[in-house]
Amino acid sequence: MVHLPPFQTLIDAHGRDVHRFLTASVGAADADDCYQEMWLAALRAYPALRDASNLRGWLFTIAHRKVIDHVRARARRPLPAADAGAALGAALAAAPVAAAADGDGDLWARVAGLPAKQRTAVALRFIADSAYAEIAAVMSISEPAARRNVHEGLTRLRKELPE
Amino acid sequence: MTEIDDLERALREPEDAAGTGSRPLPDLTAAAQAADLLDVAYARLDSPVGTLLLASTPVGLVRVAYLDGHEEEGTVLQDMAARVSPRVLAAPRRLDATRRELDDYFAGRRHGFDLALDWRLMTAFARRILTATAAIPYGALATYQEVAAEAGSPRGFRAAGNALGSNPLPIVIPCHRVVHAGGGLGGYTGGLDRKRTLLAIERGQAPLTGS
Repeated sequence: MVHLPPFQTLIDAHGRDVHRFLTASVGAADADDCYQEMWLAALRAYPALRDASNLRGWLFTIAHRKVIDHVRARARRPLPAADAGAALGAALAAAPVAAAADGDGDLWARVAGLPAKQRTAVALRFIADSAYAEIAAVMSISEPAARRNVHEGLTRLRKELPE
Repeated sequence: MTEIDDLERALREPEDAAGTGSRPLPDLTAAAQAADLLDVAYARLDSPVGTLLLASTPVGLVRVAYLDGHEEEGTVLQDMAARVSPRVLAAPRRLDATRRELDDYFAGRRHGFDLALDWRLMTAFARRILTATAAIPYGALATYQEVAAEAGSPRGFRAAGNALGSNPLPIVIPCHRVVHAGGGLGGYTGGLDRKRTLLAIERGQAPLTGS
């Protein structure tokens, strides 16, 4: 029998960080919608959860999935389905705009401007304070790849730092 | 190297992240309820008998707990998660009607509750005892023996005492109206001071705040 804490304790402990992660990933304008969808998905799946040893990792995995869904949905919206690949690329490129337009936090606008994988890896590493193994699990990539994405993201941010 | 350290420190800085640090997070309870995913809603209520934790299911009010002393909020919610559902959310508005009725009761304006109740946290025996208890009129008293007899177990008044002591819905199911045949107050799940206060309210002696 898995011992599941009251769901509210998950929101209290991780809600703020999940929201920051989503803001960095999809932009401030869409973060609230993603946030709500992410928590409803978690709430739906929660009673059937078999392993409660890493609830934070579980939540960020769901949040990451919502980010991918969101980017795909945005890619589909303005363009015909035939051009889905290009549309996805365009959407990923467009994703940072909302966050950058938010004005506040130059740094996070620049994070939003990173390529998707670097952006997610950096957000997980520094917002969610995730270990590389956890980043790898959440993003379904290898641990060295997680490490590389964080490193490349930081390198790019550092290069873009103003004097 | 120091520049990366500064960068990493800035990235970890919670206040500045996309400027969302102090904004309240979106409320989830309406969407959770619409999606039929709000199994246990809870809220707190300050009252003349201390802070109460109220919890309800889609069936009705399932738990009233005295928070100070006997139980902590975390313990009560953990118990809800284990025995009802782990989908437990703070949702004060879902308990607005309950809180209003209780406020009216404490003010002496309400003599009975029109609340749907969820009886699932009681054994079959406790259900019989507490159903009999719920029938004791406002301001009246009954003995443990009378309640046991009314519940069909005239010899089970000790067991009746235990069932009353574990009443998951105190105040609303008025176990404070059950006393000893000899005139003693008996016990109470929230302590005897609370029992005295509730009985005083029902005699029209609403307690002064803080007394």
